[in-house]
Parts: sequence; structure tokens; C-alpha cells
Amino acid sequence: MSTAASEKTASAAATAPRRARSARAAGWARRGPLMPALVFTIVVTQLPFLATIVYSLRSWNLLRPDSQAWVGLANYAAVFTDAQFLGAALNTILITASCVIVAMLLGIGLALLLDRHFLGRGVVRTLIITPFLILPVATALLWKHIMLEPVFGLLNFVLSPFGVGDFEWVSQAPVVSVLIALVWQWTPFMMLLVLAGLQSQNGDVLEAGQVDGASRWQMFVWITLPHLRRYIELGVLLGSIYVVNTFDTIYILTQGGPGTASANLPFYIYQRTFLGFDIGQSAAMGVVVVIGTIIVATLALRLIFRTFMNVREGNS
Amino acid sequence: MATAAALVSGCAGAGAVTSGDDTTGLVIAIVSNPQMQDAISLSTQFREEHPDIELNFVSLPENEARAKITTSVATGGGEFDVVMISNYETRQWAEYGWLENLQPHIDDSPGYDHEDFIPSIREDVSYEGDMYSVPFYGESSFLAYREDLFAEAGVEMPEQPTWEEVAALAEELDGFEPGVSGICLRGLAGWGEVLAPFNAILNTFGGRWYDEDWNAEIDSPEFQAAAEFYVDLVQDHGQPGAAGSGFGDCLNRYAQGRAAMFFDATAMVSTIEDEQSGTVTGLNGYAPAPVVDTEYGGWLYTWSLGIPATSEHKDEAWTFLEWMTDKNYVETVAEEYGWQRVPPGNRLSTFDVPEYQEVAGAYAEPMLRAIEQADTTDPGTRPVPYEGIQFLAIPEFQDLGTRVSQQLSAAIAGQITVEEALAQSQQYAEVVGETYAEEGAE
Repeated sequence: MSTAASEKTASAAATAPRRARSARAAGWARRGPLMPALVFTIVVTQLPFLATIVYSLRSWNLLRPDSQAWVGLANYAAVFTDAQFLGAALNTILITASCVIVAMLLGIGLALLLDRHFLGRGVVRTLIITPFLILPVATALLWKHIMLEPVFGLLNFVLSPFGVGDFEWVSQAPVVSVLIALVWQWTPFMMLLVLAGLQSQNGDVLEAGQVDGASRWQMFVWITLPHLRRYIELGVLLGSIYVVNTFDTIYILTQGGPGTASANLPFYIYQRTFLGFDIGQSAAMGVVVVIGTIIVATLALRLIFRTFMNVREGNS
Repeated sequence: MATAAALVSGCAGAGAVTSGDDTTGLVIAIVSNPQMQDAISLSTQFREEHPDIELNFVSLPENEARAKITTSVATGGGEFDVVMISNYETRQWAEYGWLENLQPHIDDSPGYDHEDFIPSIREDVSYEGDMYSVPFYGESSFLAYREDLFAEAGVEMPEQPTWEEVAALAEELDGFEPGVSGICLRGLAGWGEVLAPFNAILNTFGGRWYDEDWNAEIDSPEFQAAAEFYVDLVQDHGQPGAAGSGFGDCLNRYAQGRAAMFFDATAMVSTIEDEQSGTVTGLNGYAPAPVVDTEYGGWLYTWSLGIPATSEHKDEAWTFLEWMTDKNYVETVAEEYGWQRVPPGNRLSTFDVPEYQEVAGAYAEPMLRAIEQADTTDPGTRPVPYEGIQFLAIPEFQDLGTRVSQQLSAAIAGQITVEEALAQSQQYAEVVGETYAEEGAE
């Protein structure tokens, strides 16, 4: 077939499909080794998700073996009318947004300070990075028993001159307690990113600004901050992705309580599955959360990329 | 190496754990209370006697252990050969066929005197006359108090205190010494946490979760009165940070001398009377569980060991169960750690040992009486459609209890009012009650 074709057509025309074929072969040669990984990823992520969808259409309380039945979308209806689920969703947004914003502001501040030269800078930088390297579980235990404990806690000891010596952080202000621990953990991450941004800044521009007689504040707002923008956006994006999934801190520090005051979505779903043993409803919640996350992430990514482009155009 | 292999396959959900030769590996899921920790330490003796059986313990705190064990057994996961459960699970799971019937094993084991278990406890882990789990320790509840503080303050504990009297005493003793709260009561959410003492109090206040037709009664005046009382007592004279403290936390506080009274499980004695773990050894008096409208106010609970139906090593598992719940085990603990550390409240014979009577003089008698008096079928003043004192023996209670306990815990933290907590809880309870009312009508 191919020999007949090459005889009939001109040689130039014959090379085109051959080139295409060899390109395709090269493509496969490149992709081939990746196939096992792709298949593996699909198996371990998509099959469980399909199973979750199936479970979400069934009524199944693990502790009542006779309770299995198809219920259609009833589980989803229950999820959307569950006040605690909505509360947990709100908490998730609140905790993620506040943690990322506060950690970023502190991170910028620390990065600006660490960008200067001073004696022992390396030691200070290592110390500041440490919280991010500690296991989240250890972080939560540390805050629960050493910092926030009402009687022996260091925080109350420090604040006692101001008359808040016996405040019960974890039960009176659960969300704030969780936030404090999270911000403590995430500030170093933000600081590292911003610091990288600061150190990649071109000295010429700053010098030019100084020659033009700009004040420090003006230089920061009009030169440094626009330069840092993409680093900040990256930090916010990565931070949000991780903080949304926070589980350890809430599990250990507050157990989602008191009541369900500090439960976020991952914790609430865990509770519905492993304390309530309601497989159908927790599967439905999982599906709703995945869909919600995809929508929010898509919007956020688009927004961030748009600002990225604007900054680039503005800069150039 | 064998342990590592066992852990790996345990995680993978494979039940059969064999490491070459003829050695059988058992995976044992256990709650990490002090008495169970002792059992893990002492299991070296078991290994010496049975070199062909390898023991791999998975030891977790109560809430975590329960979640893991329940999930595994309910889904037929089969990674455990021995599970530690309570009288709450035993009967339900026996009914579902999730547990091995232990009666044939018991009958085949000549020296194993199962008649020696305290009758109320034995019945509570039996289904249709057969035992489906064997008690490791049993507990009711009573009120421990610091005799030295009471003497200093010039107050006295009545022989059978009422809750009003206890509240008055708590007020008197709160802050009598700096850093010492009047009473320690659990406030942590969880049906096995705050609801245990609260339900005992609820019963004696005359409250109940459901009437005989499964109509939820959480919004009833009796329930309300009990909840108000509990929340007020903990808030006014309880430990700081009460909404986050469960049994373990209260146990530590009391053992460290930071509470004047402690109403909780009788199993507390193994810790607070042990010089190595507390500073109040020998200073404690014990009063029966306080009451209001009933004659006694204790509960009945037991941590017991069962074999999931999915286990592939049932005979070896029984060999281990026999070792851990036998009379000899009690003596082993006594030899190694002293009589105050023996698992309390499961075997009648323990109470007859003179050495035990000596160290346990203050509490052995109230403990045995509390356990024997507990009546799981008629816990309060009015008839109820469910069994259980500090829990409702229905499958939904793990969920319902957890949700209600969250509300109660939030009220203790002052986040919501008691009325709000109960109104929300009533809604949860109604949903569950409806399914039973329907079943009853069918």
C-alpha cells in the first residue's frame, strides 16, 4: 500500500504523512513511559471518586447492615439543608481566607526585615522558617498544651498583665485559636516566597528610584510591591490550596468544637463518616465539596492569571 | 521484621498475618487506657508461654479506637483478630453476626471460670444467653472526693449525696486552695465522653431521651432541668477549659490534686490510687453516685474483648483472650504492679482477695455495689424503649449521641444557651425516633 502510494505521488507529497507519522511515533515514544503513571493516577483518583458518587446515591448507615437502598438525590438534598454543613463551609472559607491573608501580611513584613543585612541573619532566618517544618500534628499539640492552655499556657501568662489571664482560648474563641496556630505555621512559607521575590529584585531600579527622589514608602508601594505581586499571588494560591484541607490542627486543637463552632469541611466530613458512620451522606458531602472546590479554584486561577497579565503589561 | 510485615499487611487489610514457620500473627486493636497499657507490657509473658503466636497491638485513644474498630468490623475489613469493644457494641454486633460466639470457646476452656464475672456485666455482653465478648474491666460510676480538703474546709460528704448537695459542696470548695476547682466533670463532645456522666445525671433527674413510643423528649422540662444543672455546675465550679476535657483530662487533673471532687467511672481508681501517676493517693473518699429522684445514679460499662467473625485465627485469638481475662492475669498484674493496678470490676473473685481488700478498702465495696445495682433496662424513673444507662443501645446513638454531645459541649463553653442546644438536639432525636416509631407501627 505505502510502496504503491510512494510510486504514484511525488516524493515531496509522500514525506508529509511520513513526517506526521514519525512525529506521532516520537510523541508516543515521549508519552509511552508516562502511561503507567497516567493509568495509575486515574486508577487511584478517579475510581474512588466514581465509587464515592455511587455511594452518595445510596442510603447506608454502616451500623445498620439492613439499611442499604438506592435513594437518588436525597443525600444531596440533605446536605444542602444541613445547617451544620453550611456552617462548616462558612468556617472553611473564613479560616482559609483569614489565615492566608494574615500569614501573607506577616510574611511580607518579616521578609522585608530579613532582606536587610544584620548580624546573625542566617540564624534568625532558620528560626523563622522552623514552624513550617514542624509536623502539623506537633504544631497543634504545641499550641494546645503549651500556648493556649488556660491555666499553664504561655499566651495567658504573657497577657495576664492586661487582665486576660484566665481566658479559655480553645473553648471561648475556637476559630481564633485555630487561626493563630495556622498563621504561625504558614507565615514562614509566605515569608520564604516573598523573600525570594525581594532578593530577585533588580538593584538598578531601586537606585534609579532613589536618584529620582522617591521616599521609602513610595519606593515600596510603586516599585517593590508590583514586583512582588506574582510572588504574593503564588503564595496566596498555594496557601489556599493547602489551608482549605486543614485537618490536623482542628482535630487536635478543638475537635471541631465546642459544638461544631470550629469544624471545617474536611473535619465535618470525617465526623459524618467515622463518628456518624453515615456513608451515603458523607459521600454526598464529599462530592459537593469537590465540585465546589473545582468551581472556586477555576475562578481563582482565572482571576490570578488575569492580574498576572495586567501586571506584565503594566510593567512593560 | 516480622512486626513490620504484620503492620504492612494489617494496613492493607489482609487478615492472615503469618511470618513463615508456624507462627501465627494476631492483630489486636485495643483502647489505650492505663489498664490496657499494662496488658501490652505484660504480654511478653504470653509470648513466652505461646512462642507460636505473635502479638501486634494497635493501641489508640477511645474515640479513635472506636472509629477504627467499628469501621473495620462493619465493612468486614478483617484486619483485626481481636477487638476491644464495650457492652454497647457487643449485643448489636452479635445480632448482626459480626462477632464470633465465644461461648463454645469458653466451655472448652476448663479453668476459665466465666461464672465469676459480675452477673450484670456478663449479661450485658451476652446475646441470647451466649457471651460474645469477655470483659477486661467493668465499671460503674461514683464520686471521688478529697478527704483532706473536706476536713480542712470543715464540710462532710453525706453517705448518699444528692446532686444538690454536691453542687453546694462544689461551691464551697471551689478555689478553697488556689488552682483547685470544686469538681471535675467531662465536657468534651462525644457520646462516650460528656454524655456518659450527663446521661447518668439525666436518669436520676427523671429525664429520658424517648418515651415508650419513640417520641423524642429532649425538650421536656426534666431534660432541661438536668442540662441546666450540669452546664451551670461545670461552668461555675468545674475545671477551666471544661468544654475540652474528657475522661483522661479529668483523671489527670484530679490525680494531680487540681479538683476537690470527681464524678466518673469507677475505673479511675487504678490511676488515682497509684502513687506513680498521682499525688492524691490515699487522700480520697468515695461516695455512691449522687442522686435526685432515683435510688442510685451510677452507670454500667465494660471494656471487653471480642473476635470479629472475619478473623482467620479464631483459636489463637481465643488463646489470647483467655490469657487477658483470666483470673491468673489479675494475679500477674498484682505481682508486677501491685493490687491497685489490677483491672477492676470484672471478676467477683478479685474482690475476695485479702490483699485487694487491703489496698482497695476505700473503693472496692462502693464499686462492686455500683456495678451490681446498675439496671440497664430501667435506668430512670419512667419506662424507656431503649436499653443502656449512659448510652442508648441503638445503632444510631453513635451519631445522635455525638451530635447532641456537641450541642451540650457548646453550651458548656458558653457558645450557645442550654435552650438552643436542646432545641437543636430535639430535632436530631426526632429524626431517629421516627424510624423506630415506623418500625414499631409496621
